[in-house]
Amino acid sequence: MGQAYSAGLTVTESTILRKERILPLKGQVLVKKGDMVKAEDVVAETLLPGKVVPYNLANKLGVTPAQLVNYIKIKPGQQITKDTILAENKGLFGLGFFKSEVRSPCDGEVENISAVTGQVLLREPRIPVQVKAFMDGMITEVIPNEGVIIENKSAYIQGIFGIGDETVGELKMLADTPDDELDSAKIDESCRGKIIVAGAFVRYHTIDVARKFGVKAIITGGIDDQDLKKLIGYDIGVAITGHEKVGLTIVCTEGFGKITMAQKTFDLLKAFSGKKTSIHGRTQIRAGVIRPEIIIPMDFNESELISKEATMPILEPGTLIRIIRQPHFGRIAKVISLPEELTKVESETLVRILVAEFDDGTQLSMPRANVEVIES
Amino acid sequence: MQYDEKRLTRIVATDCGSTTTKAILIEWVDGEYRQTIRGEAPTTVEAPLNDVTKGVINATQELEELARLKYKNPHLKFMENGEFVIPRKGDIGVDAYVSTSSAGGGLQMMVTGVVAAMTGESAERAALGAGAIVMDLIASNDKRMNHEKIERIRQLRPDMILMAGGEDGGTVKHVVEMAELVAGADPKPRLGSSYKLPVIYAGNKEAQQEIRNTLGEKVDLMITDNLRPKLETENLGPARDKIHDLFMEHVMKQAPGYNKLMEWTKGPDLESVPIMPTPAAVGNIMQTIAKEEGIEVVGVDIGGATTDVFSVFTEEHVFNRTVSANLGMSYSISNVLASSGLDNIMRWVPFDIDEGELRNMIKNKMIRPTTIPSLLEELVLEQAIAKEALRLAFEQHKQFASSLKGMQRQRDISEAFSQSTSGATIVNLMTLDLLVGSGGVLSHAPRRNQTVMMLIDAFLPEGVTRLAVDSIFMMPHLGVLSEISIKAATEVFRNDCMVYLGTCVAPVGKSKIGKPALYAKLDLPDGSKFEQEIPYGEIRVIPCGEGQVAKANLKALGGLVLDNDKNRELNIDLHGGVVGIVLDTRGRRPFGLPTEKVERIAALKKWMRELKAYPEHILV
Repeated sequence: MGQAYSAGLTVTESTILRKERILPLKGQVLVKKGDMVKAEDVVAETLLPGKVVPYNLANKLGVTPAQLVNYIKIKPGQQITKDTILAENKGLFGLGFFKSEVRSPCDGEVENISAVTGQVLLREPRIPVQVKAFMDGMITEVIPNEGVIIENKSAYIQGIFGIGDETVGELKMLADTPDDELDSAKIDESCRGKIIVAGAFVRYHTIDVARKFGVKAIITGGIDDQDLKKLIGYDIGVAITGHEKVGLTIVCTEGFGKITMAQKTFDLLKAFSGKKTSIHGRTQIRAGVIRPEIIIPMDFNESELISKEATMPILEPGTLIRIIRQPHFGRIAKVISLPEELTKVESETLVRILVAEFDDGTQLSMPRANVEVIES
Repeated sequence: MQYDEKRLTRIVATDCGSTTTKAILIEWVDGEYRQTIRGEAPTTVEAPLNDVTKGVINATQELEELARLKYKNPHLKFMENGEFVIPRKGDIGVDAYVSTSSAGGGLQMMVTGVVAAMTGESAERAALGAGAIVMDLIASNDKRMNHEKIERIRQLRPDMILMAGGEDGGTVKHVVEMAELVAGADPKPRLGSSYKLPVIYAGNKEAQQEIRNTLGEKVDLMITDNLRPKLETENLGPARDKIHDLFMEHVMKQAPGYNKLMEWTKGPDLESVPIMPTPAAVGNIMQTIAKEEGIEVVGVDIGGATTDVFSVFTEEHVFNRTVSANLGMSYSISNVLASSGLDNIMRWVPFDIDEGELRNMIKNKMIRPTTIPSLLEELVLEQAIAKEALRLAFEQHKQFASSLKGMQRQRDISEAFSQSTSGATIVNLMTLDLLVGSGGVLSHAPRRNQTVMMLIDAFLPEGVTRLAVDSIFMMPHLGVLSEISIKAATEVFRNDCMVYLGTCVAPVGKSKIGKPALYAKLDLPDGSKFEQEIPYGEIRVIPCGEGQVAKANLKALGGLVLDNDKNRELNIDLHGGVVGIVLDTRGRRPFGLPTEKVERIAALKKWMRELKAYPEHILV
């Protein structure tokens, strides 16, 4: 077989990006097709239904659920405020002596009244939710009541793993070389509000210093598992991240441990140092894979917004690859050949392999599963 | 609909897993069905492709390429213009295409009941048996406040909800209350917002009207027979069938590319063959083995994200399935470490390794789940992790596979002192006949001896137990194939799927290292004999091929026992396999490893050497 499908992360200095910005529930879109938006702009908003408060009215009133109908003072759909009388009995002999009443514990709306259980469901007031553009660009499509699609031309890097939510700031290169470990002494007041770039590794102490100086995000080759645990307070079992509240966003481009940042990624970040960048650490390595993203928008004309059709990264002779497992983890090589037959590797596993050549001319075979295509 | 070899001579079956899509070719060869070729490709339910059929096409292309090589026929083709050609025309096309799927996270359900340990557990069993992952069980008595339950239901976004509760004629109020909570939460389905969430009601039939009133407008409500009509009876069939119907109608249609895939799966006369959830297909196979052979079976399927355990126990062939949603060898590997702890993994590793390095290695596997260990040391570590994932999944299964809780039992005098209660586990390793492993780490271990080691160390079989493995992970395919040809599924299962590894003999009880534990005299089919008194704390492997039987005289020594009746001597036929007969005197209940690292590593090396699990140089 001359070629094979393989997974890969995108690192490119120019691509047409297309992002859906959708509300969690239907609501109102605030922009129109053709509008130019900034990352910080709100593009859509809605009101999420409030919290539901179940309240056993029959019990509170001391009547059976079936009797409740005789005492109830509210009806489904009715707006109420805290202390609105929900139900009251008629008192002793029906004359109002020792009358007891039950008042609402919250503001909101009556959702449901049950004659079977005697329970009422009250819904607290709605909660406003806004969706921001997240990246500078043009609104190319409005999905009525749901959200928008924003397109732009960007330099674009997919990370392998990250933590923390979306943020926007200026990119600042702090590392000298891709195998640097970021020195905490390099972080100072000039880093406030910025997205800083480390080389191969960043330690807990350095992350902590960055937090104190108000750094918005760190881009690094690798991070130590135990440092991550210390930072977020628990051991990540399944890689579904992005919701952590640790004060900044972290994106790893290579993985866990000290791993030199791929030269191409490093060069790209260096070239765009000082530019406005949108970044998030959201990772989901399961059904519906999500990888962290680093987006550096550029100027563009509307006519340029033609995105390439999605293609599968292909392994074939000449493809540039990164090795993603020991031995030679992190090294870059070029595919020489893709032998068809199954081959036994050191662990005695029979696998499909490829032969690749490193910069220094040495050739090595390795499982195809242990490389990723470097896309451009 | 069933077809025979006149209509079915070449079938492609795929299993679309969360990581890889595995395709197999089944053909009618020399008067029987055989699995002939296998191919695989990454599953493509994610951006940028977002279409499961792309992975199916890629895996089928690999099948085609390998078939052309094997049969030296460059004209062989199963697909044309990106679709299967059915029926087959000479070299072009296949007679049928069938598929299972767990891609896109499989089938994710929430279940509700009144009493968690009774109707709640029955609902859970119904959902698990249908191949679902149960995200949460919400019950009237689960100690959460009502508003917390509503919040939880809202957050979950399941594919569907199964509601049970109340025996027929029993409580209405609690069942309706649960429906009110569901209505209040107004849950949305996980995939797509254009349809209402399917909810199956399988509780007290007298509450049906109230349930309709409460939920009818908010969700897509379906009502079926009560799954626990009496405390003493479970009736899971109707609820399970409903789940399967809904899985096809709602969930699969929402997943990327499945509409197309559903049109592809069909038999020779173009009648559609429903796509089956992978675990449901494996469950079918396990139950068939147990019933046909009249034996007790435990099966395990360890995947990248989840580990499923199946069991069939007791004379009534009670089937149970559990899924440990966060125990697996790639996506969930880091969670195995978090759940078992580093020490429990390290206890299976016969060398020293830096703790930080191991932790980072595990995390790197989690974020790059499709990589495979190319270094021997990494293989040993992955297999150590697999033992812990299997052990934890089996622990969960033992707790869940129990007799019905809440039943009244009449006891005779002999039971009065035995402390057995309703709700006790029905998993009994002493009576277990067959332990079957499946899934990448077991099916694709470079040496079958490693599979034997992982199964024994994780499950700790007791007494006499046969061991087998799914040769190349094809049980799901055969489970769905049986829908159109039981004959083809059965023949391929016997010929190509089940690889008997051998038999494990493990006396139960505690003794002291070095003291005599088992006297074994074996008459082997080649005429040779094995006779030894084996001390406590050892392993012996006696080669005895697949399909062969050794006549054995076994005597447990030093207070150990060999079977459920506490017999100390057995004259028994021991079945061979590709590895052979394993005599394991390391003790059970308790099974312990030396606590001192140096001693433990020495013991591990001795056992691994005897089992020929790894090349000698790593055990020096």
